[in-house]
Amino acid sequence: MKSKSIKVDYLARVEGEGRLLVKIKNNKVSDVKFNIIEPPRFFEAFLRGRRFTEAPDITARICGICPVAYQMSSLHAMESICGKKVTGPLRDLRRLLYCGEYIESHALHIYLLHAPDFLGYEDAIQMAKDHPELVKKALRLKKIGNDLMILLGGREIHPINVKVGGFYKVPTKKQLEEHIEPLKWALEFALETVKVTATLPFPDLERDYEFVSLHHPEEYPLCEGKLVSNKGVDITIDDFLKCFEEEHVEHSTSLHARVKARGDYLVGPMARYNNNFDRLPAVARKAAKEAGLEKSCSNPFKSIIVRAVETAFACHEALRLIKKYEMPDKPYVEVKPRQGTGHGCTEAPRGILYHRYKIDSNGVIQDARIIPPTSQNQKSIEADLLRFVEKNIELPHDKLTWQCEQVVRNYDPCISCSCHFLKLKIERE
Amino acid sequence: MSTKKKPKLAVWKFASCDGCQLSLLDCEDELLAVAGEVHIANFPEASRAVVRGPYDISLVEGSITTPHDAERIHKIRRVSKSLITIGACATAGGIQSLRNFKDVRDFISIVYASPQFIDTLNKSTAISDHVTVDFELRGCPINKYQLVELINATLNGRKPNIPTYSVCVECKRKGIVCVMVAAGTPCLGPVTQAGCGALCPSYNRGCYSCFGPKETPNTTSLGAWFEHLNVPKDDIVRAFRGFNAYAEPFRKESEAYEK
Repeated sequence: MKSKSIKVDYLARVEGEGRLLVKIKNNKVSDVKFNIIEPPRFFEAFLRGRRFTEAPDITARICGICPVAYQMSSLHAMESICGKKVTGPLRDLRRLLYCGEYIESHALHIYLLHAPDFLGYEDAIQMAKDHPELVKKALRLKKIGNDLMILLGGREIHPINVKVGGFYKVPTKKQLEEHIEPLKWALEFALETVKVTATLPFPDLERDYEFVSLHHPEEYPLCEGKLVSNKGVDITIDDFLKCFEEEHVEHSTSLHARVKARGDYLVGPMARYNNNFDRLPAVARKAAKEAGLEKSCSNPFKSIIVRAVETAFACHEALRLIKKYEMPDKPYVEVKPRQGTGHGCTEAPRGILYHRYKIDSNGVIQDARIIPPTSQNQKSIEADLLRFVEKNIELPHDKLTWQCEQVVRNYDPCISCSCHFLKLKIERE
Repeated sequence: MSTKKKPKLAVWKFASCDGCQLSLLDCEDELLAVAGEVHIANFPEASRAVVRGPYDISLVEGSITTPHDAERIHKIRRVSKSLITIGACATAGGIQSLRNFKDVRDFISIVYASPQFIDTLNKSTAISDHVTVDFELRGCPINKYQLVELINATLNGRKPNIPTYSVCVECKRKGIVCVMVAAGTPCLGPVTQAGCGALCPSYNRGCYSCFGPKETPNTTSLGAWFEHLNVPKDDIVRAFRGFNAYAEPFRKESEAYEK
């Protein structure tokens, strides 16, 4: 009898603290655990008793990588409780801010966190020694996304300019137009990134995923739409908790989510792409096709190409929104609190982020529920690991360990979010 | 020319959102230059490679919230020549220190179905409550240019140029009209340390104190001004209970209003 284990005690190049344990007995995988060991921070508890207007600033602090997602989901929830809808240029500016976060977050993940795996570098700084121009361009792309966030949000991490009902201050047309030339460069480089990522060596891994994302009648989804999947989910976001549930397992401080009727599901770029290919702008669809991506993609290693396609979308969309922008008379609409329960679900770069709040007639939060994308992907990550190790059990230990880490990084997991670090261990007995 | 060994930099994480360490990766124009001057020896968010200590500079993000972390910080102190905390969590306990005002057991049962799996301390505390800290960099998040300045100063053995005066000074320098005087908007700027560039007032908004209390803050006077502006007492409590809620001057002021 031969057993061993693959163990990574601190998974690198992810956001937050997690670890991975794969146990192998007689050349069969006996156990897979993706542990989230991030210390719990209890956001849902201390939101109780805070004002409804404070939710965007407080929940942004769950995650320094995707604060805009937290702000947008909480804003939509609060506005739906109070019966207000933000439309016109204010809605466009929110979408533009989200485009900034997509460009920044995807550029970070594609080049600084994910590409080094495919090319065999420990990190992007080592990669920069052999590919200095590419890394410099990647940093420039990231900066263009951050610059949009700085203009619209005040700063790139934990923006201060969004509020329930709109913004504190809106930019002038001229201020936005200064971003046109950099964004045109960014779009070209994003398209080049689609080509570059498509040439990477992709390990074999396909599963029959349930892809869950938002779907909007006219646009590639960011803030609004119905929740859909390729296996029959078709609900409004208000019904999220009727369709999905969370369970608390011992090895994780993050709750695991599942589709009540079926089990694990996948959220994030691959889910959005598969459910919304037709909503991508023609330039992004063309780049995807030329890169050999079909309308659907179910090899999670190829999510790096999908992220590049989405980056091209975000640049294209940002340019479109800037061109049509007319500065509104007032930076926000007045929102008065009223008693009720409301839901918000928007597409964070790493997948859907659901918020539910109950507030009283004075606007004080009575109850809060937050389901971040990484806790929704945990079960899928474990299932991918199981399948991957089973198929690649003969690989040398070091290589297998590295590739298992990569299986996790495919999801761009944000562990700070989901609980809110990653340690990987493969045990062979 | 001798090939001088590059100083080693490590980044450590406790309870936090990862935003402050991300600030280092957000230095798009400076990142490769910084990597040229220091050996990034332990920075899991950016690299798989881990070089053993001791380290010349340790940047510590996050607050202490678990028994295990309360042990871990001592190990980090022992392998670090200079230990620098980055951000409001590491410096003051962060937003998660709101638990310190309540019974944490109630909090666990609100969030988790099986509380027996959760191992946590009653309070979220600053790193300096546990070990000696060489410098505390403020902010939620930190200002990345202050971070680069601090690394530069530490490597060159000089005092970092990081002011401890209030946000008001930055506001006046930028020529921003005072939001409290002119628009009656409650603003924590007068008691908050500078560093953000008076961001909120420049967006027509009152400061909500990402950078925590300035040196010798007169919180009592500011509280009285808030009352003067007809801010309800429970909102004054909320104002002081933000991202630096457990920093002593803010804690005392919020407790005074809660009575």
